[in-house]
Amino acid sequence: MLGAGPSCPGRNVRTAIILNSESRTSSEGNVGDGPTLSVRDLKVHFPINSGFLIRRQTAAVKAVDGVSFDIAPGETLGLVGESGSGKTTTGRAILQLQRPTAGSVEFRGVELTGVPAKKMRPFRSEMQIIFQDPYGSLNPRMSAGRIVEEPLTVHGLGGDKNERRDRVAELLERVGMNPSMMGRYPHEFSGGQRQRIGIARALAGEPSFIVCDEPVSALDVSIQAQILNLLSDLQAEFNISYLFIAHDLSVVRHISDRVAVMYLGKIMELASSPELYENPMHPYTRALMSAVPIPDPVLERQRERIVLSGDMPSPINPPSGCVFRTRCPIATQECAEVLPELSDRGDRHQVACIKV
Amino acid sequence: MTSDAPVRGIDSPHLLEVRDLATRFSTADGYVQAVDGVSFHIDEGETLGLVGESGCGKSVTSLSVMRLIPNPPGEITSGSVIFEGVDLQKISEREMRRVRGGSIGMIFQEPMTSLNPVLTVGRQITEALELHLDLKGTAARNRAVEILARVGLPDPARRFDDYPHQLSGGQRQRVMIAMAISCNPRLLIADEATTALDVTIQAQILELLQELCDELKMALLIITHNLGVVARYAQRVAVMYAGKIIESGMADQIYASPRHPYTKGLLSSVPRLDATSGGRLTSIEGEIPDLANLPEGCAFAPRCRWAVDRCRIESPLLTSENGDHTAACWEQDRVALDATSGLRSS
Repeated sequence: MLGAGPSCPGRNVRTAIILNSESRTSSEGNVGDGPTLSVRDLKVHFPINSGFLIRRQTAAVKAVDGVSFDIAPGETLGLVGESGSGKTTTGRAILQLQRPTAGSVEFRGVELTGVPAKKMRPFRSEMQIIFQDPYGSLNPRMSAGRIVEEPLTVHGLGGDKNERRDRVAELLERVGMNPSMMGRYPHEFSGGQRQRIGIARALAGEPSFIVCDEPVSALDVSIQAQILNLLSDLQAEFNISYLFIAHDLSVVRHISDRVAVMYLGKIMELASSPELYENPMHPYTRALMSAVPIPDPVLERQRERIVLSGDMPSPINPPSGCVFRTRCPIATQECAEVLPELSDRGDRHQVACIKV
Repeated sequence: MTSDAPVRGIDSPHLLEVRDLATRFSTADGYVQAVDGVSFHIDEGETLGLVGESGCGKSVTSLSVMRLIPNPPGEITSGSVIFEGVDLQKISEREMRRVRGGSIGMIFQEPMTSLNPVLTVGRQITEALELHLDLKGTAARNRAVEILARVGLPDPARRFDDYPHQLSGGQRQRVMIAMAISCNPRLLIADEATTALDVTIQAQILELLQELCDELKMALLIITHNLGVVARYAQRVAVMYAGKIIESGMADQIYASPRHPYTKGLLSSVPRLDATSGGRLTSIEGEIPDLANLPEGCAFAPRCRWAVDRCRIESPLLTSENGDHTAACWEQDRVALDATSGLRSS
């Protein structure tokens, strides 16, 4: 499917995938101008085995438990939640880095969940990931240039050695780095510069979709803004869709077109960014937002605060009914019995709560 | 210790007054001046926020106040720390130990590494009670359970015998707070105390700290990089950059009309929960400077769009334009009036 060393770097891969997807009939028949990504009822359960001689599965950590959403071309979907809510596992399951237990992930109309590892290759360049930790996600023994070049070599993009070198220089320049730094190693760069190298590496595959997993949370505030601006610029230029995973609600509001709020493996609320932040409906979303301080002392004195009690329950034994009910200020007996469905409250604002 | 200056009975109108504190570290690249002439004060019952990005010297400042800088490689080269009329830099190590955990409590960022993993949480509190208040046996245990209940640890009598690893991150931070307040300190230093926690837990811990400060009439020094946390809890703010305080004043003044380009840049570069999405953030160009290799003049000048020739030669001092509000910038009047990259309207 992939020709070796095309002279026009990268573009043919995208064409190949589009052709490939058109040859199949998608279940929803939305090839062409349909969503870039379509996730339906995604579940990732990690088995817990116990027993001394005969080990068998006795329980499961329900890291992701029935998550559904679409991402349109050039759109950013923000995924927020606290640690342990399953947002990173969702990202990894979409990329098939972690195989889902159930559910479907359609990328440009192609179902990915059953695709064997070898056949995933062509999709790997199209779907990229940027990691949180700019220290741990770059190989310390490879120079910046080689790190960015690797995807070109692996996916047969970028032509011969000289062409690839030019392409690497171009990519580094595009992310705001001086190409003369190509020969330096990761430890010689600051956190912000390393994150730029990670972005250049992701861009090398000419992706149409990138999972950004907490890309700015390890960075200082003044550097965060630089990276967020870079991500917005790249999206506008290359029409890339982002799944932007973060725990910082302010960052997510800034960068996202739509936002999904996760709690204990489930989506609690999903709406357009302005709608969700101006009109949060789920009690969890409301508590989460009131917990985020705004850098304005005058405004802070007037804000309503909802302080949740306790910690997030264990995903091994989640509460019955609504998973949030143990910390919910408005929960009743009914919440323990009824499993709330994500339902549309108009204007594509979806909420999973029977009380609002 | 041989200096003629008095050690005790120093007349200071403040609970804590830090004057011209300087701390340096010896490294392979020579001396690194981590804290460079820092002065600030905290009054009884007041909350001061010390903000800055990583490497600005805010933690070294608090560790220097507590005399917890390992020597070598660290060394406090000048300055005095006057707490309740006593110069903490001049008293003996034995006396200093009575201050630490006694009249000054401290909470650190990483509750897992700041708690002793082989001692029960109860023991870690009774240890402080024995040392500082001379409480022993059942009396110490009862008091510890009472404090654990006050900081909101569920089921404190049973939790008393638990080890730190059996608790969640938020619960560990509650134990840290219990240890810090166990001997009724006059001042509590919270060094990035909620940074490692999730937002909902962060809110729980910060609300708890504020309640305790009101109840026990404690002063609080919040050290953080989070401008929102400072806006919510601090009455006064000091902003640090490259080892120096570059702006300080009442929180309302600093957030509404910053006078230093760095403060201004920080405020406009953070995405806000109440700001509409999209658009570009006004970022501060460049990187945080290397302390071993600081530029001449103002350390912020290479990143500053208001910088003039003077900034690259002469280091500006903290000067006051209106009362309490001080800034270290030669061009502060021009910066304050420039509305182009100021705060977005709230």
